[in-house]
Amino acid sequence: MEETLMDLDLKEKEEYIINMGPQHPSTHGVLRFETCLQGEKVKWIRPHCGYIHRGIEKMSEALTYPQLVHLTDRMDYLSAHINNEAVALCVENAMGVEVSDRVKYIRTILAELTRLASHQLWWSAFGMDLGALTTFFYGLRDREKILDIFEESTGARLLQSFITPGGLMNDVHPNFQKRTKEFVKYFRKKLPEYDQLLTGNVIFQERTKGIGYMSLEDAISYGVTGPSGRGSGFHCDIRKIAPYSAYPLVKFNEITYTQGDTFHRYLVRMREMWESLDIIDQLVDNIPQGPTMLELKAVKPPKGEFYQRVETARGELGVYIVSDGGPTPARIRYRTPNFSNLFIINKIASGHKIADLVAISGSLDLVIPDIDR
Amino acid sequence: MYDFSPLIDSLSAWLNQTFSPFWAGFISMVLLGVALLAFYAVLGLYLVYAERKICARMQNRLGPNRVGPGGLFQTIADLIKLLMKELIYIRNADNLLFNIAPFIVIVASIMAIGSIPFAKGLQAIDLNIGVLYILAISSMGVIGVLIAGWASNSKYSVIGAMRSGAQVISYELSVGLALLCIIAYAGSMQLSEIIASQQDGWWIFKGHIPAWIAFVIYLIAGTAETNRGPFDLAEAESELTAGFHTEYSGIKFAFFFLAEYMNMFIIAAIATTLFLGGWLPFHIWHFDAFNRIMDYIPPVIWFFAKTAFVIYLMMWFKWTFPRLRIDQLLALEWKYLLPINLMNLIVIAFLILMQWHF
Repeated sequence: MEETLMDLDLKEKEEYIINMGPQHPSTHGVLRFETCLQGEKVKWIRPHCGYIHRGIEKMSEALTYPQLVHLTDRMDYLSAHINNEAVALCVENAMGVEVSDRVKYIRTILAELTRLASHQLWWSAFGMDLGALTTFFYGLRDREKILDIFEESTGARLLQSFITPGGLMNDVHPNFQKRTKEFVKYFRKKLPEYDQLLTGNVIFQERTKGIGYMSLEDAISYGVTGPSGRGSGFHCDIRKIAPYSAYPLVKFNEITYTQGDTFHRYLVRMREMWESLDIIDQLVDNIPQGPTMLELKAVKPPKGEFYQRVETARGELGVYIVSDGGPTPARIRYRTPNFSNLFIINKIASGHKIADLVAISGSLDLVIPDIDR
Repeated sequence: MYDFSPLIDSLSAWLNQTFSPFWAGFISMVLLGVALLAFYAVLGLYLVYAERKICARMQNRLGPNRVGPGGLFQTIADLIKLLMKELIYIRNADNLLFNIAPFIVIVASIMAIGSIPFAKGLQAIDLNIGVLYILAISSMGVIGVLIAGWASNSKYSVIGAMRSGAQVISYELSVGLALLCIIAYAGSMQLSEIIASQQDGWWIFKGHIPAWIAFVIYLIAGTAETNRGPFDLAEAESELTAGFHTEYSGIKFAFFFLAEYMNMFIIAAIATTLFLGGWLPFHIWHFDAFNRIMDYIPPVIWFFAKTAFVIYLMMWFKWTFPRLRIDQLLALEWKYLLPINLMNLIVIAFLILMQWHF
């Protein structure tokens, strides 16, 4: 037998290394976990990213601000609306303009619907990671309904590019309010089904409780934000600590747990879905009238540096724009949540079994294009 | 009423009259082999179809519904596709073992089918140690799985095979002990006699609570032995892509796939034979009219209905439970099932000693 490169590598290190990914069913995309195993046990994990790097930040330097919004959809494709909103807010703040209340309300409702859809998909995929295949179809069944609402108003189901600096691309569909209310009512009935199918299951609890413990110190020092960080008691909800759009107007709870294991990261997301439904309930009935787009001569922020952060479904998304006063940014940088959330995996998953690695990476809810940009 | 033995006897008598003893034996063996193979293939395909339909029902889907009425021919089309697919040869694989492995797996399950009594007299071979034979043969399949994992020369496959080895060897004990309970009740290992001993009531009804415990343990351990969810760690597609058969393609993959379903059928058929009265109809004491009507339903239908029920149970928990982790799987067996089973066996021995069972 001829020796492959990997054989030589093995001989050198005397380690049993398997590459989970770039094509692997549980990495949810082209991510590679270089995993060193000792029997079933994971010794260490080295995440390799860059397989889906598209140079979004560099490309954005050649595009005007309304144009580069379209690229942000392609980062965290499950939080497309929220990514758009981040850039829009950053540019608006830089220019010192404020959008109408109608736009704020609609943006917030869309963001919460996006969060719901994202958490539904995460729940579906998390069940699959643990081997419960049926969850996938339950989650997608309800997610379809949200995507239908998006499709009606924005014309797209996944990458909407609907929120733009200065407002919205166009007004929402007349049915938007009615269908959103219908969906909230429907989903309030369906959400307990999720708990019945997975949360209470003995095997599920055995698989997730006490697995992948992340301490508060780790969460802060690695910059783990979003539901993953809140599972460890890190109060990092940007909607609470730096409210934007219509969030100052609504009442909702920031869900935190102090246990910091996979099960509690799961619970944070499950309870966040209820909170999102509450937020939508408070807003959807009283969307004010008003223009959906500001009359802007040109979208040109003044010379300077601007930063805006928002809470996506996965954590804190920061947009940092360096402007030279022109129609395109001199430099744009995204602080994406998944990039920070990913690298804690070696810390929290090593020492566990290989099956736990899948559960833990599922509980971090990684979206790979967001890591690589 | 529906006794197949005269038919079988007259056939073999005719064969013996017409041909010399050697050729008569040879022809009857060929006939049996062909019949079993045909049965095996058709049943395997329709178990796959049933699983797809049942899981679709549980997942708010329709399942196969385009090929033939209600998608009945879908799995046949799939088989034809798999037959025509290219067999990929792995450069660094151990070719001999790699090619043998699927055959070991499938031969083991075909051999086990041979001694299952489908109806009175409708049994290829009625060994006096039938239960032991089935246990021995069906545990040969794991050798095929281990060989497949080793010979593929793939890291995922090795992990899958090792898991499968640990799992099957552990759960073999529980399966054996659970069956031992009924063997102790029936006083025989011969499948036809075990069924005959249930003429006045199935063991699950006659055997008090210990028989129920044995039945539940048998179902859990049996599911684990067939490597099906929630115990499908050997395949565990979320972590090991496809476990021991990651590198297989085409019809060799189909062999593993078919063998999994047939092993499930065998497990269900044994459960039916030992616990649920085999092909015997359902009777209620002193309800003579009802019992008479039940007798009119052919035993083959009884057998398959009961087996289908057990198979449905196994599919049900595959599609609703998450997968266990390897240490939890082994802990379940060694810390819970095995001690419970041993205690159960002692209780049953005591019951039999005191003549307290019906």
